[in-house]
Amino acid sequence: MLDGFSAEVLARVQFAFTVSFHIIFPAFSIGLASFLAVVNALWLWTKDETYRVLFDYWKKIFAVAFGMGVVSGIVMSYQFGTNWSVFSDKAGPVVGPLMAYEVLSAFFLEAGFLGIMLFGLKRVGPGLHMFATAMVAFGTLLSATWILSVNSWMQTPAGYGINDVGQFIPLDWWKIVFNPSFPYRLLHMVLAAYLTTALVVGAVGAWHLLKDNQGPASRRMFSMAMWMLLLVTPLQIVAGDFHGINTLEHQPAKVMAMEGHFDSHPEGAPLILFGIPNQAEKRVDYAIEVPKLSSLILKHDLNAPLDGLDTIPDEDEPPVAIVFFSFRVMVGLGFAMLALGLWGGFARWRGKLHSSRMLHRAAIVMGPMGFVAVLAGWITTEVGRQPFTVYGLLRTSDSLAPVSAPAVGASLIAFIVVYFFVFGAGVFYILGLMRKRPHVGAKGEITDGPVRAAGTTTVAQDKSQDMAEQE
Amino acid sequence: MFGLELSFIWAGIIALAVLIYVILDGFDLGVGLLFPLSKDEGERDVMMNSVAPIWDGNETWLVLGGGGLFAVFPLAYATVMPALYMPIILMLLGLVFRGVAFEYRWRTIRGKPLWDISFFGGSLVASMCQGIALGALVQGIEIENRAYAGGWWDWLTPFSVLTGFAVTVGYAMLGATWLNMKLEGRIQAHMRRLAWPFAIATLVFMGLVSLWTPFLNDAFFGRWFAFPTAIFSILVPGLVAAAIYGLFHGLQRHWDLTPFLCALALFVLGFIGIGISFYPYIVPSSLTIVEAAAPDSSLKFALVGTLVLLPMILSYTIYTYWVFRGKIDPEEGYH
Repeated sequence: MLDGFSAEVLARVQFAFTVSFHIIFPAFSIGLASFLAVVNALWLWTKDETYRVLFDYWKKIFAVAFGMGVVSGIVMSYQFGTNWSVFSDKAGPVVGPLMAYEVLSAFFLEAGFLGIMLFGLKRVGPGLHMFATAMVAFGTLLSATWILSVNSWMQTPAGYGINDVGQFIPLDWWKIVFNPSFPYRLLHMVLAAYLTTALVVGAVGAWHLLKDNQGPASRRMFSMAMWMLLLVTPLQIVAGDFHGINTLEHQPAKVMAMEGHFDSHPEGAPLILFGIPNQAEKRVDYAIEVPKLSSLILKHDLNAPLDGLDTIPDEDEPPVAIVFFSFRVMVGLGFAMLALGLWGGFARWRGKLHSSRMLHRAAIVMGPMGFVAVLAGWITTEVGRQPFTVYGLLRTSDSLAPVSAPAVGASLIAFIVVYFFVFGAGVFYILGLMRKRPHVGAKGEITDGPVRAAGTTTVAQDKSQDMAEQE
Repeated sequence: MFGLELSFIWAGIIALAVLIYVILDGFDLGVGLLFPLSKDEGERDVMMNSVAPIWDGNETWLVLGGGGLFAVFPLAYATVMPALYMPIILMLLGLVFRGVAFEYRWRTIRGKPLWDISFFGGSLVASMCQGIALGALVQGIEIENRAYAGGWWDWLTPFSVLTGFAVTVGYAMLGATWLNMKLEGRIQAHMRRLAWPFAIATLVFMGLVSLWTPFLNDAFFGRWFAFPTAIFSILVPGLVAAAIYGLFHGLQRHWDLTPFLCALALFVLGFIGIGISFYPYIVPSSLTIVEAAAPDSSLKFALVGTLVLLPMILSYTIYTYWVFRGKIDPEEGYH
């Protein structure tokens, strides 16, 4: 079935597939963990039951998403060794300890306190429960910090030496951890995770508002999400700009591919809005361009010269078309988020935040777009740093494990089948949870079933609820 | 001079992480293995609930085992993973199926039997693959020029299949004694009865593996009959006998805690035995601990934080177990 593909191509496809699937869950759970910590704190502070309803509602969704993140993440920690063993041997002394710190400082923290956050409220009381919830949120952010440091070091290596067996060896840990692209990448990704979550929370709120715009929990979550979009999207656009300028400095070939600049422009480079990159002919077909705008964005000067891919040897060029298109998808969605945030702000000002059906429909359409933007962004940065795993130093083709193509092909097929089945089911269940209305019961009691019903009474209750859902 | 001690300290830490993983995830994988042996849905609910708040932390030790190896013994990581390609990938897929079952099972009525199978099947595949991986590692791995030099079916031998079964029935024994401790009533009695055959089978397999291992490799043989490690050869059987006595005696007297602790002790003793056979190799007969170690600067940097973080992790892990201590109350419904 996969004959004719080399082990390298299959291993690359496998890593791209497993890591793309994985990133979807952290992108959501980083933001959702912080959201849960915030609504739990607001509940304890204001005693407003609506916040408790929101906590219990999103907690269940978080539990499913987090579980999927954990199991797809365990796969990642072994993929380096199984498929990229030469990379592991060479880069292990530098990136390995950072990953070990991610496990020790973040994964254990999340896993250790998740149980208490989900099941422990009655056993430990509200104070320690709040602490556990905050620790889970803190853990997700720490995890992002370490893994983005690793990724950034691979993009912009610093603070290393090379020993006699060809391994990268650490010389200055400070320079390794805080390598040149790390702060920008971290900020850009954490903001992306927050926006992704805000879009999902906003879409779920909007969905319920379309049916009943008086529900206090739906109103609250929609309002919080719209605030988040309005405030964070502009920050994200600025952070993205800084990240781009940093990339231009350290990985110019990636920016050339993003911009579709096959040729150098000594007197100001145009911004190509759309077009079809033709790498064989080294030009962009059907280009629609704005003169000198690219120089303005990247150099903040209309006439600044910008080099093109003609200055890069062919064997060091990334695949241009993928980078070019994925970058446009990300940027386009970023501006769509900005528009939604501004629309929400305007509707709020006019007192129509909870009644504008057009706004609610737009928010639903935008609901999954954070994930698309995150994936497009990662495709841009990862494909854009090809053909290297450690930028400029270790080629992807020299990083591969000595595993034969049939083994990689067979495991790739297994991953594809299993992931689509398992995570497809997970998404289905999450959508089922989102479809349920969040609401406060008659006596201020939550009428939703528990995350894990134990014993027959609650199971029966869960059953009758599910049956009511199906009717 | 300093490097020698650092790499040994790290070998100890990695071994500790793997041991903690084996005993912790061992009993919760064991719960999955025992799942189809209860025909009652309510009973399966409490079985799963007994590990629901902690399974995630248990599995994190596996990530530490892999991540730690990558960090401090990158060459071992880079040679063992390709050598054990198939069992590792299958284990990961097994863990996917069982991990998601913890959540999915409660989100559906129609699909519940499906996720019961997924929980059992995933646990079975993961347990077998871990045992097979262990056996394949004990047999040794062919390494040339800092890379795995064998084929992609080398891991499959009668010995690795034997260790696969040994680990699987051992996990089932851990699971049965854990459930005997955490549950009450009919299901507890059921699990206590099941603990007997699994414990006996575990002992048989441990015996077979112990008899076979010294003949795989002369070094293993020498290790067990040479001073000073020969001390362990005398001590270990005595301790094993004590653990076996405690286990069966506790089961007979219907004690809750003793059988579980004795089952854990059997695993710890088995693990020490394997450790003695390995030393000073990290990949038997190909790669020593010193050869596989990352440069000192990596070992030091990672060690500083580990010495701070590991005690913290152990303390809040113990705290979590403390919070969820005692019998599972089927009526409680956790929040």
